[in-house]
Amino acid sequence: METLIEFFSFKYPNIKYVVFGTMLLSVSSAVVGCFTFIKKKSLVGDVISHAVLPGICISFLASGSKDPFLLIIGAFISGWIAIIVMDAIIQNTKIKEDAATGLSLSVFFGIGILLMTYIQHSGNAAQSGLDTFLFGKAAALVGKDLMAFSIIAVVVLITVFLFYKEFKLISFDPQFAKVIGLPIKRLEMILTSITVLAVVTGIQAVGVVLMAAMLITPAAAARFWTNRLSRMILLASIFGAFSGISGAYISYAAPSMPTGPWMVMVLSIIALISFFFAPGRGIVIRQWRRFSIRKQLLEENLLKAFYRIGENSGDHFQKVAIDDIQLIRNFSPAQLAKGLRKLRVNGYVQRNNETWFLTGEGFEKGKRITRLHRLWELYLTKYLRIAPDHVHEDADTIEHVITPELEARLEKLLEYPTSDPHLSEIPK
Amino acid sequence: MTNNFIKQVENPALEIHDLTVSYDKKPVLWGIDLSIPQGSLCGIIGPNGAGKSTLIKAIMDLVDMNSGYVKLFDQSLDDVRKRVSYVPQRESVDWDFPASVLDVVLMGRYADLGLFRNPRKADKEAAMKALEMVGMDKYYKRQISQLSGGQQQRVFLARALTQKADIYFLDEPFAGVDAATEKAIFRILQDLAGEGKTIVVVHHDLQSVETYFEWVILLNLRLVASGPTKEIFTPALLEETYGGKLTLLTEVGELVKEGEFKAREKQ
Repeated sequence: METLIEFFSFKYPNIKYVVFGTMLLSVSSAVVGCFTFIKKKSLVGDVISHAVLPGICISFLASGSKDPFLLIIGAFISGWIAIIVMDAIIQNTKIKEDAATGLSLSVFFGIGILLMTYIQHSGNAAQSGLDTFLFGKAAALVGKDLMAFSIIAVVVLITVFLFYKEFKLISFDPQFAKVIGLPIKRLEMILTSITVLAVVTGIQAVGVVLMAAMLITPAAAARFWTNRLSRMILLASIFGAFSGISGAYISYAAPSMPTGPWMVMVLSIIALISFFFAPGRGIVIRQWRRFSIRKQLLEENLLKAFYRIGENSGDHFQKVAIDDIQLIRNFSPAQLAKGLRKLRVNGYVQRNNETWFLTGEGFEKGKRITRLHRLWELYLTKYLRIAPDHVHEDADTIEHVITPELEARLEKLLEYPTSDPHLSEIPK
Repeated sequence: MTNNFIKQVENPALEIHDLTVSYDKKPVLWGIDLSIPQGSLCGIIGPNGAGKSTLIKAIMDLVDMNSGYVKLFDQSLDDVRKRVSYVPQRESVDWDFPASVLDVVLMGRYADLGLFRNPRKADKEAAMKALEMVGMDKYYKRQISQLSGGQQQRVFLARALTQKADIYFLDEPFAGVDAATEKAIFRILQDLAGEGKTIVVVHHDLQSVETYFEWVILLNLRLVASGPTKEIFTPALLEETYGGKLTLLTEVGELVKEGEFKAREKQ
């Protein structure tokens, strides 16, 4: 708690730098990443992040300094060349996109590692720290770097803001965009440029290898929560900012913990939570829905069985033994016990020693399901011309789905029928 | 040589001159030469792989031409873009894209808006009106992945309608849609043609050609015929269009590809 207060009071300017820096980096890569993600170009981030390495090394070799602006220019150029090479391979050879991506990534990264090794063994004293680009070192963000990265992050964000509508259209339907006269080549170039810029700044924090995660994870997580691009971008940047602060805090509270990898960890946790719990798309919600439907089916099928027994004997509220139910429909004993317990809790049946009987509500519900079943059987034979002995199974499913509105329409269409294809009565 | 089955018209809405297109160096359209009158409802008919979509894409400058030119209202596409509307094939986009129905229809207004400007109230009204025309106004908020095929097609048509163009190109608008949608779309196209707009539709259902179109283009790698439906839509010409590809033409195409020749030597 104490460290938390200490951290957020920004007592030390260094903390301020790091927090501010990591937040900007992660927000700008999250925003750009949304477009990479919806364009299904997720691997492009990986290509760029690996391909900037030779640029950084060459610009260091040429200038002999670690001036962040010079390094960024080098990184920017080699990132761009990698993309051009990749596109050229796809367009001019039979090599497909996945292989071209891998080729471009590994060749450029290979050259980068080669140059990096050469620099490290060259005895140049200024080189120490250049390898932070490989694994990132967010905690070492200082004044001048921060300046450079903030400017770039702001440029990236303003560009997305200005071209939002155009980027959206070229991501969704580039052909239409071209026909209405948008300069799609130039727009694609701008989008690629800011992607390269976001990656160049981001690798300072998390390094070459983890950079793709910074780009794609916030977007992928945000997609689970919304169906609107604008909200998706907003959410992704919130996730990004949160991961930036958390990463910075964790490495502050536990100095042996690295900032960048923790940022990625936090993002991954957010993505996992989204994956499982997001409303609508989350796995848990979907499983839960499936589970409750199965429960509903069991209960309704039981009530239908009760109704049939009553229909056969003429007394709908008679006491029914388990065996009588099994004669109508074969439930597994465990299911039967579970279903009956649920029905009793919900007030649809009551128990008398080893027998069960319907309550008024249970009777009404059983009647309605039976009615829907028979209405649907009639509909199938009349309108789909299915033979009467083939309609039962289908009606067994549909009876649970039909809403009162559909029921009314069905009745009207069938002209308020009184009996089903098997001449059983359709109860009112 | 004059050809009775390829009717050229005065003052055409669309004129294609000596158009050749190749994919992966293999020619898929050979020397197309045609013109269609303004205000006509025109169908492009031909078997699968005949190059129907490619023809529209060439007109829209979406694929490179080896030779020839296309003129719309006697001008190049770049000069008349605002008068042209294009409805791509439904499958050409990812419908899981995070956008609502209204978002997609508004895209039709982007050209008018220009860069840096967001859709205004008037644009939204125009989009809603277009949605009303196609009977989708109730669904304006819906996420596009939740639409049926027919609804997707209606949304695409609504997007085109917001452009208020003079010539519309539709690529297979009736493919995989329900009967009600087909009828609704056809009625809208008919109304547009009634207002003097020119409509060009890639179509594959021979049954409905005579009811739908007053002008047909019969295509199978080469132009078989182009003219008023009454004169052109004959069993003999259909036989020529559908009766197998010209094997000689296909084989020469393969040779062009293997030899890496250019389909046309540059002048």
